[in-house]
Amino acid sequence: MKRRKFDVKALPAATANAVDERFKAAGPIRGLLNKVFPDHWSFLLGEIALFSFIILLLTGTFLTLFFDPSMTEVIYNGAYAPLRGQAMSHAYATSLDISFAVRGGLIVRQMHHWAALLFLAAIVVHMFRIFFTGAFRKPRELNWIIGLLLFWLGFLEGFAGYSLPDDALSGTGLRIATGIMLSIPIIGTWVTTSLFGGEFPGHVILDRLYIAHVLLVPGILLALITVHVGLVFVQKHTQWPGPGRTNSNVVGERMFPRYAIKQGGFFMLVFAVVAFLGGLFQINPIWLFGPYRAAVVSAGSQPDWYVMFLDGSTRLMPAWELRFSLFGHGYTLPAIFWPTVVLPGILTVLPLIYPFIEARKNRDTSRHNLLNRPRDVPQRTALGMMAVSFYVVLLVSGGNDIIADKFHISLNAMTWAGRIAILVVPPLAYYITHRIALGLQQHDREVLAHGVETGIIKRLPNGAFVEIHQPLAPVDEHGHPAHLDYVGWTVPRKMNRLGALGPAIRGFFRPIERPAPPPPPPALPAKERDKIDA
Amino acid sequence: MSRRPSADVDPEGMTMTTESGGKTAARLRRLVSVAPRKRGKATRRLSAALRMLAALVFAGGLYMAVAPASSAADNPPLSRQAEDGKALFDQNCISCHGSNAQGVDGRGPSLIGVGSASVEFQVTTGRMPAARQEAQVPRKRPFWGGEELDNNAKALGQYIQELGGGPQLPAGTDFASQGDIARGGELFRINCASCHAFSAGGGALSSGKYAPSLKEATDREMYAAMLTGPQNMPVFGDNQLTPQQKTDIIAYVQGMKSDQDPGGWGLGRFGPVTEGLAIFLVGIVALVFATLWIAGKS
Repeated sequence: MKRRKFDVKALPAATANAVDERFKAAGPIRGLLNKVFPDHWSFLLGEIALFSFIILLLTGTFLTLFFDPSMTEVIYNGAYAPLRGQAMSHAYATSLDISFAVRGGLIVRQMHHWAALLFLAAIVVHMFRIFFTGAFRKPRELNWIIGLLLFWLGFLEGFAGYSLPDDALSGTGLRIATGIMLSIPIIGTWVTTSLFGGEFPGHVILDRLYIAHVLLVPGILLALITVHVGLVFVQKHTQWPGPGRTNSNVVGERMFPRYAIKQGGFFMLVFAVVAFLGGLFQINPIWLFGPYRAAVVSAGSQPDWYVMFLDGSTRLMPAWELRFSLFGHGYTLPAIFWPTVVLPGILTVLPLIYPFIEARKNRDTSRHNLLNRPRDVPQRTALGMMAVSFYVVLLVSGGNDIIADKFHISLNAMTWAGRIAILVVPPLAYYITHRIALGLQQHDREVLAHGVETGIIKRLPNGAFVEIHQPLAPVDEHGHPAHLDYVGWTVPRKMNRLGALGPAIRGFFRPIERPAPPPPPPALPAKERDKIDA
Repeated sequence: MSRRPSADVDPEGMTMTTESGGKTAARLRRLVSVAPRKRGKATRRLSAALRMLAALVFAGGLYMAVAPASSAADNPPLSRQAEDGKALFDQNCISCHGSNAQGVDGRGPSLIGVGSASVEFQVTTGRMPAARQEAQVPRKRPFWGGEELDNNAKALGQYIQELGGGPQLPAGTDFASQGDIARGGELFRINCASCHAFSAGGGALSSGKYAPSLKEATDREMYAAMLTGPQNMPVFGDNQLTPQQKTDIIAYVQGMKSDQDPGGWGLGRFGPVTEGLAIFLVGIVALVFATLWIAGKS
């Protein structure tokens, strides 16, 4: 019998060939792996959200193995002594068991919650990057809209998850959500009763929230994320202007191997940060909140940070209740309707249509693959900062009772400060940002015209002091530098950073290469050297 | 002026004296002549006058009998401890709470009837003597220290107790060990958490008032606070929360305070506010540095 020769080296090629003969995959995969991505730290912010989402799917799947959303009342007899003998829903009892009885349950629960906060935080930070660099412009308006929908879906998903453990805090949140839904004119009552299957809290709401939280919303999120990332592949990633970069090329690294390896490493880093937070920082201690009872409302009951701006807007809203009669029926429009239904409506619609408003205002129909530096579009940057400051005032007001208590400020003073700030701070932010952007622009033009400051001060014969500038371009016979155009990218400012694309010495934490040692001084006569030593 | 009326009166008086003899004689005659008809009425009047006199004598006598007793209640012989308390009171508290703890309008309330429990709470937590008038008197380092504080607080409490009565604390310093933590937890969440927050870390009330953190509160202080309702806190008398229920709540709070956070650092147990802060200050900051690092690698 002849021994068959098995060539290990040929195995990958043979396997790939076999796959390609059957599925014709080589062409598309080659295209994919050769895809070029531009490299900049700010392009990785969206990835934080993507990786958090993956962590959420992984940890969430683990949690579903032990969680039961049933509202059946049980008497707790588990590991946590301070709640033993208490009547509670089965959902809360299983949440406690995940925290205290399931091995590794608490850290996974905490990682899940931290990853949820990180998911939405990264979405918001990523959205700032997209907005301030103008990456939402044609042809990427649809991806901007999908991104906004992802935020609101994440918001809903987070709220549903926050409500599931059925502790006193989540029940309070659900009660507030009921109040908000009830405030909607005409349909409010119907929406609420059909969602809760009758009066709050009923017996079905947790089952419904559960299926929304583990299947419906994550399914939509996953689909939209796929489209979101797929569109980046199809439309190509935007890039910063710079040497060799034009509106019609992409300068960067290929998907495989370098970019894929970097992304894999970055996923590990995100996972590490979430695991670090989940292991070292306690989040949502449901055992302290206790089971939900209508009578139990703790001081300092806040939603998670991404819902907190609505809490803030509610706190700042004056109690303006409208009563009117329509078609012979009396209607009440409570004050809560404006800050919790109308305001989020505005906050959804305005950003959705912003790309189109800006394009229309600038009569701009061209495609943009190069990003703007925020300073180069002062109006957009200022508008963005105005929106951010508006949001931050609401966010801070959402926690104003904690701030009032811990910093010994009157709560009433905090509320009034918020009411004034919501009107005063955004216009102020607009003005200040606009001025800063113009100032930065002017400085860039100055450097291009006169060169980099050297720090060398020269005294002229007439006694005046001038600083010597190092021109960036060759000088003519009079010593005047040639004219340089601003190309929308960093202008060197320091002598040791003459290259526009990065520091001269590489290394993030410390230099990875040593600069060449300075040449030794010309040899001096032996006697003189002795003199110096002495 | 003063002389004129007397000058006027004098001649009149003179005339009266001249006429009076004849007039009274006539009256007496008339009285005697009509005596058989008016006799019943006269005796009635006489007896009424006598009864009135008797009643007055009785009331006067009664007053005489009772008055010494009531004057003794105004200045009762204080116990030795209360005498010490009075001395301390007159030295440290009288400027706001007034003499005999009757209060000074606009400065300090009357302490009649607040009981020794209230005095002990206010003095041992350092709230009294207060530094100034404000929305709420904060907890601070007590005026006295160590054993002196205990003795002085007890003496002051005894003085106020003997002055006007009021709620008193049971003896002992350890209530927590006699309570049921689980029942206490339920009672705490229903009765206390709405101001002191789920973690007993305190919360804001309106206009600069607040429910303080219970972090430093001892068993006796918590019991006294529930019993007397200091400042903005409602009173949880023994008919609202029985002594056993109070003990349960104390057991829960002390248990929660000594419990380590199983999930890591508790972030002050403030809830989602500090969690939101942490995700930006720790999570996002760490990951932005990570992006800077990994994007810089080439």
